[in-house]
Amino acid sequence: MASDWQPSASIETLRERARLLAKVRAFFAQRDVLEVETPVLGQGGSTDVHLVSLHTLARTDKGQRRLWLQTSPEFHMKRLLAAGSGPIFQLARSFRDAEIGARHNIEFTMLEWYRPQFTLEKLIDETATLIMSLLPRFPGSLVHYRYRELFHTHLEVDPFTTSLEKLRSLAAKRAQMPDKALAGEGRDTCLDLLMSVVIEPQLGQHELSVVVDYPASQASLARRHQDAEGEWVASRFEVYLNGIELANGYDELTDAAEQRARFAADNAERRRLGLPEVDVDERLLAALAHGLPEGAGVALGIDRLIQLALGKARLEDVLAFSTPNC
Amino acid sequence: MANYSTNEFKAGLKVMLDGDPCSIVENELVKPGKGQAFNRVKLRNLMTGRVGEKTFKSGDSLEGADVMDLEMEYLYTDGDMWHFMKTDGSFEQYAVEKKALGDSVKWLKEQVPYIITLWNDKAISVTPPNFIELEVVETDPGLKGDTAQGGSKPATLSSGAVVRVPLFINQGEVLKIDTRSGDYVSRA
Repeated sequence: MASDWQPSASIETLRERARLLAKVRAFFAQRDVLEVETPVLGQGGSTDVHLVSLHTLARTDKGQRRLWLQTSPEFHMKRLLAAGSGPIFQLARSFRDAEIGARHNIEFTMLEWYRPQFTLEKLIDETATLIMSLLPRFPGSLVHYRYRELFHTHLEVDPFTTSLEKLRSLAAKRAQMPDKALAGEGRDTCLDLLMSVVIEPQLGQHELSVVVDYPASQASLARRHQDAEGEWVASRFEVYLNGIELANGYDELTDAAEQRARFAADNAERRRLGLPEVDVDERLLAALAHGLPEGAGVALGIDRLIQLALGKARLEDVLAFSTPNC
Repeated sequence: MANYSTNEFKAGLKVMLDGDPCSIVENELVKPGKGQAFNRVKLRNLMTGRVGEKTFKSGDSLEGADVMDLEMEYLYTDGDMWHFMKTDGSFEQYAVEKKALGDSVKWLKEQVPYIITLWNDKAISVTPPNFIELEVVETDPGLKGDTAQGGSKPATLSSGAVVRVPLFINQGEVLKIDTRSGDYVSRA
């Protein structure tokens, strides 16, 4: 008989997982951050060019409608913020098609929280405090890096000024791809690849690493600002531990017109690449137009953090049933 | 052959890369939070045995390789080729070149089953069983009573391999050898 009915994680691990999730809830209860539950289905989806959304057909009050499974609970949570919820957090099931691996699962749990009035710096501190409180051993200090500085240190190139041609050949070389494999690719793809293959594995070793000042083109739903050198950068941070990306935080974009323009740009890029367009979430845009309180928010891959806290090799080791096993 | 996309890459899948058949060892999705997805793939080149790492854009595909592992008994060599016979009762024989035989040449023994890897029906590698029993054809005389102490000496086996054996081993004895490490295990 096949044994694939068995859980991906051991029962003992699931007990540990429940204990860590209880700690997460206690952490936020202590700080008066309200736990919320929002739908996984939405009328609009993430337009992000590099995320593949799942969608389904549902018979609704308006007849049959296509509804999108969320790639993160961001849109619904921002609507709560605009309605005056104050600080909120959620442990939310999220879905990203085709993402399967040692650190990925199509269906996963995102710990996402929003802090009205918080600066990015203050949210970085809170994120680090939460992460450290869940780890069995203190990983060492919290170390800040600027995106540009990492490229200077590890690759001796500048992410803003080095020519695209040079970035393409460097990325192909360092990732063991054929010479011309990245011809036609843009700056961000080359930078992403170098970041993933060369820099990331060296981050978060005996420390908790925080990276800030990403290129403005990688801002997504974050604000942009000019850094000390006058480059436009994203007001965004990422946290790394053991070479693994754990959390992604934004100084949240509150400008509805700017947000609409970014959604439209994403869909234009999707058309150019022959990818399906995604319905824009008009209700999110209406909420932004009504007014989103200034503040910061962060999404943390809680499965990955549990994996690291329990010293497991693969994400599926901490999931009751991984997607290949569902 | 069918094409396989990066999502279908699994350990053991045989694919063509730069004209050589390869076996996938490991496939890992690499995806920065807001960026394009790539797959970092470890592949073993089945012609050379070398393992290398390559990056593919997620969704790229590779052609499958017509590679099969078959069990065959070693028969004999005519000096140019080494001849094996399938153990499935078909008596079908395959001739293997020296290059495909590689290091396995020193572990050959008649009537022992080996795993022969075929690519487009041509043998490209030979894997001996993990343990094999071979006779000592040459070694210094054994030291009587010395069965426990350490110390070793070289011994030439019937297949031509030279391994380190304990001092008490004599010419003519049959030994169990681990072919992966080339280590003496015990008297057979």
